Amino acid sequence: MTEQEIFEKVKAVIADKLQVEPEKVSLEARFVEDLGADSLDTVELIMGLEDEFGLEISDEEAEKIRTVKDAVEYIKAKLG
Amino acid sequence: MRRVVVTGLGALTPIGVGQEAFHKAQLAGKSGVRPITRFDASALPVRIAAEVDVDPEAYIDKRELRRLDRFVQYALIAAHLALEDAGLSPEELDPERVGTLVGTGIGGMETWEAQSKVFLERGPNRISPFFIPMMIANMASAHIAMRYGFMGPSSTAVTACATGSDALGQALRMIQLGEADVVLAGGTEAAITPMAIGAFAVMRALSTRNEEPEKASRPFTLSRDGFVMGEGAGVLVLEAYEHAKKRGARIYAELAGFGRSADAHHITEPHPEGKGAALAMRRALEDAKVAPEQVGYINAHGTSTPVGDRAEVLAIKQVFGEHAKRLMVSSTKSMTGHLLGAAGGIEAIATVQALYHGVIPPTINLEDPDPELDLDFVPEPREARVDYALSNSFAFGGQNAVLLFKRV
Repeated sequence: MTEQEIFEKVKAVIADKLQVEPEKVSLEARFVEDLGADSLDTVELIMGLEDEFGLEISDEEAEKIRTVKDAVEYIKAKLG
Repeated sequence: MRRVVVTGLGALTPIGVGQEAFHKAQLAGKSGVRPITRFDASALPVRIAAEVDVDPEAYIDKRELRRLDRFVQYALIAAHLALEDAGLSPEELDPERVGTLVGTGIGGMETWEAQSKVFLERGPNRISPFFIPMMIANMASAHIAMRYGFMGPSSTAVTACATGSDALGQALRMIQLGEADVVLAGGTEAAITPMAIGAFAVMRALSTRNEEPEKASRPFTLSRDGFVMGEGAGVLVLEAYEHAKKRGARIYAELAGFGRSADAHHITEPHPEGKGAALAMRRALEDAKVAPEQVGYINAHGTSTPVGDRAEVLAIKQVFGEHAKRLMVSSTKSMTGHLLGAAGGIEAIATVQALYHGVIPPTINLEDPDPELDLDFVPEPREARVDYALSNSFAFGGQNAVLLFKRV
């Protein structure tokens, strides 16, 4: 999967879970500050990414994922 | 103690959305009972219910909707309707003096069922982080407070089918005691789900008149065979009289008394002679120092179950004696079905409307009155000027709550 493909899928998950327009989901966007997520949204978002990519993301790792870019890079590394 | 009046009516019912539509539907004797559309009920012995017809997206932001169980959505819609009807915009109120007390009998049943499935199929780590805040019973009041910034006392009544009346009675005390000047109070329920319908059906509590839905809720008849599940919400704006007067509010009625009791008898059956119900009615009268003869109308609990209707009639006779025959007694559940925790809310609205407009709502489907139950059940709407009216609510577990309204 290319980085672009990962980004598109991440974008779709975020748009669904946070009910935001996909265009608003840029690589730089921060979940809390820019996309309006609260602590429970963030948990749901991580669950959505785990399902989409067949991954398990530990709580410690999830803590560090704060932007769309963090998510894309993390998933890319994990999928190797 | 301060006097408390009703200044806003928020009705989200199976026969009408908004107090005007609700009132018109009552006077037309409309039934809200239909085949269930919410889910596939074909495998259930009960396939009818009284669903509300409303689009929550017209009232609540799409993003927020996803994290609200239907019972909270209904409460928010009814609260919106109540404030609008009261001509109140939240900005003109002192937010610290506005309380919220909207109860539910069951809470987020639909959410519970959906998440149980996730838990069983995919394990504990896939339970939604919104499961608990969606399901818990206190969230109707909490969300109304959050939406409008009301920072007064916020609480919840959970007394099954007495919830709505219990909540209104507790709100009355809040204002009487000076804890708040305005309270949004009532009940909400959204339990038309496979588990809830199935569960009430196995208790033999529900009518199985699937072929004639509009005739299924038939309180006080010989052929009554159980209640019909309804859903929706009834929220009222209760206000300290001085507060309402000062802002020139339209006053529908005074909430003059509240009485509560327990049957201390059985988990689901009422006391056979209606002892607890009678005690609650007496207490509501005593609370307002009103004599039984001053009451002209009772909005009955009247669920259309064989034992419940009989016990209520016996209780009314105990309290009112000879005057019982002169009373008008009707069950609006004949039209709306039984909204469980929301019943007391919408029935308080119906009672207030009866006093305000001078028309008593009917008990429809009274085709074969039970000869043992010999009160005036008002089979057609009737014009009548009444000074005092009761609204009765009796719950599983024998918890009873009765409200007394006064015409102003």
